[in-house]
Amino acid sequence: MQSLKRFNWTDVFMWVVGAALLILTIIGSYLTLQQGKYTTVQWFDLAVFGLAQGSVYALIALGYTLVYGILRMINFAHGEIFMSGAYLGYFVATSMQRSGFMQENPLLGIALIFLTAMTTSAILAAILERIAYRPLRGAPRLVPLITAIGASFFLQYVFRGLFGTQNRAYPEIAYIQGAIPLFGNFQIQKIQLIVIIAAAVMMAALAFFVQYTKTGKAMRAVSEDKSVAALMGIDVDKIITRTFVIGAALAGAAGVLYCFMFRIVTFYMGFIPGLKAFTSAVLGGIGNPPGAMLGGLFLGIFESLGPTLFLDGLGIPAPYQLKDVIAFTMLVMILIFRPTGILGERLSKTKA
Amino acid sequence: MSLLSIENIHTYYGNIHALKGVSLNVEKGEIVTLIGANGAGKTTTLRTISGLLKPREGKVTFNGEDLAKYKSHEVIYKGICMVPEGRGIFARLTVTENLEMGAYSRTDKTEIQNNMEKAFTIFPRLKERRTQVAGTLSGGEQQMLAMGRALMSNPNVLLLDEPSMGLAPVLVELIFDTIQDINKSGTTILLVEQNALMALGIASRGYVLQTGQIVLSDSAENLKKNPTVQKAYLGME
Ligand SMILES: Nc1ncnc2c1ncn2[C@@H]1O[C@H](COP(=O)(O)OP(=O)(O)OP(=O)(O)O)[C@@H](O)[C@H]1O
Ligand SMILES: [Mg+2]
Repeated sequence: MQSLKRFNWTDVFMWVVGAALLILTIIGSYLTLQQGKYTTVQWFDLAVFGLAQGSVYALIALGYTLVYGILRMINFAHGEIFMSGAYLGYFVATSMQRSGFMQENPLLGIALIFLTAMTTSAILAAILERIAYRPLRGAPRLVPLITAIGASFFLQYVFRGLFGTQNRAYPEIAYIQGAIPLFGNFQIQKIQLIVIIAAAVMMAALAFFVQYTKTGKAMRAVSEDKSVAALMGIDVDKIITRTFVIGAALAGAAGVLYCFMFRIVTFYMGFIPGLKAFTSAVLGGIGNPPGAMLGGLFLGIFESLGPTLFLDGLGIPAPYQLKDVIAFTMLVMILIFRPTGILGERLSKTKA
Repeated sequence: MSLLSIENIHTYYGNIHALKGVSLNVEKGEIVTLIGANGAGKTTTLRTISGLLKPREGKVTFNGEDLAKYKSHEVIYKGICMVPEGRGIFARLTVTENLEMGAYSRTDKTEIQNNMEKAFTIFPRLKERRTQVAGTLSGGEQQMLAMGRALMSNPNVLLLDEPSMGLAPVLVELIFDTIQDINKSGTTILLVEQNALMALGIASRGYVLQTGQIVLSDSAENLKKNPTVQKAYLGME
């Protein structure tokens, strides 16, 4: 459907930049592998770490994509929804750790952390939708976007005001520490395995829910046509609330998994993972849940392997510091060269 | 008392005064048609009945009950279902899923299953294509799906907005035959049509809408003979 475009110097420039980056990546990777500084075991560890991190991104990304699919709106406060779940989960975790409950009933304890985090995030998202987004439905698209950014700051500063600016160390839950040996020198961190499996289970549950349940089908119907959905008796507002709640519960769970991996809690911890997850959602094609899952996993692995693989061979010191640069360069490149993402629709064209 | 009656409704789109005091009524078991030129307000009338638009004045009563207090998604629970203009099927849902959405207002699983079988008997084409994504159906099949979906709610009144739009003559015949069958099995029908001749052929009564006002109402027989109608809507000189 693309018609012939006029010759355009900006396009040429962007293509040159894109090609240069691609060539640099290839040369860098080649040099790194040729130097052979890293063993297969190290690459494997990086890949597994990437997969775990990517699972967290994927879970958060689903929230962006579900809401976008149904409202054509980017909920930029979603990162803070993730943070709030993680934060309240942290309080439960520390108190259980202190009281010794965690050591005696680790499974129950972990379940309680998840329950707290998911409920917190879900309630907060439902309130946010009700008071900040619903009144603006039908307003120009820029309005809810700005509101979402405002809500994001609001939540950050509420948490900052309530709980302070310090970084809090997440308790070390003995039950999930340690590594599981595989074969040879290969092993896998228990935490990373748990993160990957938990995320996979939740994503499978979500896929089942959206595909086969009455509410899931109604969500898809509402995302296509709100007035016809209403004619069929679907309470559109209720379905939208449920969509926010589901996305938020996944973000809350992601918050717990993130804390298990990185063991730190702060009021601004939602910002970067939120942006990364947004990148994942765009990468997979926003509005498309399988795309968000793929995008998250891809970004996680890319970010974990990328710095070492692409940059080490070029002689750049401390390449791992540049992982965010790599991730966001990729976001910009996707937006320029493939705005539809891997599986999805164009970000700005639909219902603009 | 009429099954469905609207009294003196005024509906606006922002400042645009689309319906200027429309009144009409539909008796149980009838087929009533509403005809009029493009932009006369036919779709607006149906959207007002089904609650998607709220009239600024006037009221819609169904079974003697004022519908003003119901939200658009609650109207179907009263027994009114609309097949929207342009069909409004869910393009990315399968045929079966579309039909299931039509039954969203109902809970009895076996009843829903029976209804689906019924829909498949009325439209065997849909049965062949039950697992297909609705967006890939032909125009005629999409119209069948839209009607089948509406029937899934077991409506007392079916509102049809231009079911013949964009269909080949053979299919138009089929759709109109089906409308009559649906009516015979007990569903009251309010039919909006551009194809006035066909509509008056199956309806018992008709209303003519012009720039937001009813200008004529009579039996279908008389409307077909009315010189104004013949000139303006039946293409006769
Ligand atoms: N969403 C809208 N916003 C503003 N004006 C509208 C809207 N929808 C309809 N109108 C106006 O209201 C009037 C009635 O429109 P309506 O769609 O009811 O006509 P109609 O009789 O169904 O026409 P058609 O035969 O073309 O479907 C028209 O003048 C139309 O321009
Ligand atoms: Mg119309």
